Amino acid sequence: MAEKLIVPQEQEGRAMLSSKGQQRRQFLSLFAGTAAAATLMHACSNNDDPTPNNGINLGGGDIGILNYAYALEQLEAAFYIRVAQTFFTGATATEQQFLTEIRDHEIAHREFFRNALGGKAIPSLEVDFSKIDFNSRASVLGTAKAFEDLGVAAYNGAGKLITDGNYLLLAGKIVSVEARHAAMIRDLLSNGSFADNTAVDANGLDMALPPGEVLKVAGGFLKSKIDASNLPTS
Amino acid sequence: MNIEHIITELEKKDPEVYDRMSSRRSAISGIASIGGKLALAAIPLALGSLFKKAYGQSTGNIVGVLQYALTLEYLEAEFYTMGAAAPGLVPAGPPTGAIATIRDHENAHVALLKTTISALGATPVAKPTFDFSAGNGSGNGPFKGVFTNYPLFLAVAQTFEDTGVRAYKGQAGELISNNDVLTAALKIHSVEARHAAHIRYMRRNLTSNTGLKPWITGNDTGGIGAAVQASYNGEETSTQAGINIVNINGLGISMNAATEAFDEPLSKDAVLAIVDPFIV
Repeated sequence: MAEKLIVPQEQEGRAMLSSKGQQRRQFLSLFAGTAAAATLMHACSNNDDPTPNNGINLGGGDIGILNYAYALEQLEAAFYIRVAQTFFTGATATEQQFLTEIRDHEIAHREFFRNALGGKAIPSLEVDFSKIDFNSRASVLGTAKAFEDLGVAAYNGAGKLITDGNYLLLAGKIVSVEARHAAMIRDLLSNGSFADNTAVDANGLDMALPPGEVLKVAGGFLKSKIDASNLPTS
Repeated sequence: MNIEHIITELEKKDPEVYDRMSSRRSAISGIASIGGKLALAAIPLALGSLFKKAYGQSTGNIVGVLQYALTLEYLEAEFYTMGAAAPGLVPAGPPTGAIATIRDHENAHVALLKTTISALGATPVAKPTFDFSAGNGSGNGPFKGVFTNYPLFLAVAQTFEDTGVRAYKGQAGELISNNDVLTAALKIHSVEARHAAHIRYMRRNLTSNTGLKPWITGNDTGGIGAAVQASYNGEETSTQAGINIVNINGLGISMNAATEAFDEPLSKDAVLAIVDPFIV
């Protein structure tokens, strides 16, 4: 029902530059976080939209990408908060200093997104760290390395999905800090591995991953289910 | 990569795609001829350029950004190539390994940018003549002895890397219309940040200065001083998109953490002023 109202309007204004799904997504993004969005999503669910109750919906457009970043920052912050509560056995002063500072950076990122998104922010996520042994240096730093490399690849992959240059710059301000974290954690595990060939290819390029790939990995550490089906794909 | 498939997918979304490209055949043969000339890695970039042309936007700005990036990468590549070759400069073991790793990345960036600029139909700028003493060719600038004095070498390396991160960040918005070039630039940007973190860690270990960290605190130069202050000015920003990060939502985030958590961009003009003394 909603589609009949939306599509002709959009076709009038612009010459079919995007698919129907994209048009609907753009339209819905105008209403993201409002009651209208929920109603519209429901109205569309008998067509080709994914069924609701698929998890926490990140939304579409740039807001969806910001929520995606917010979800990842929530995961990272929760991890380092737990790490710094009781450090692993034998943590050096340098390790404690770096892990505490990284914790604060991730909290700053998380809270920044929470405030920037305001009413459009997804709820707080429930994490599942049952696979991590927080007493073990190898487990903690190994997980930190995976999270930081994943974060870098996530932001690098999301850059092209952002349409607003201001949001792109904000993502850029954060991703280089995540890359600094990644390098540091890697060096703690093995000095000199900050940018080895498991992170950087023969062209000197870092990794970039689409949201679907990133969330597959991140989902292993989340109780909450994430629905990324409305995120832009190009 | 299946080029025909890409064009077909594009057609589904944009029925007028062939009008934009003059014809399907010329589009595909255009891409194929590009592919024959290029390193595999550059093909997505060249493809991006072709679609951009087809959609009537100039690639001029994008080429300009890439030429600028190439100039900075020439600077870094030659710096590390000379440093790695300087007898007795870099200690054996992990330092030698790290400098070789970074040197190889910077040379790879030079090669990739040259290939990409050529693919976009432009001629890559020539490598300038450098004076790594920052003396504009006098060889007598503030960093004189940079290839015989290891702490000084690392200090200049840190400045180049931190400046490089800021330079790429400052250009992201210029590349927003070209997904492939933007993604490649982001992938270089985060590698420069990894380098910066490691060089800073090397300096920390060398000087036992625990205030020196892989990330930038305020506008602190990490003990290098006024000669490089311009590379750090602006990093003290603690407000992002109008949101104050210090003690955000009552969570006790310090001023230091607030500035460390976000790296700041530098404009092209600011970066060119910083590197000018290094160019003869």
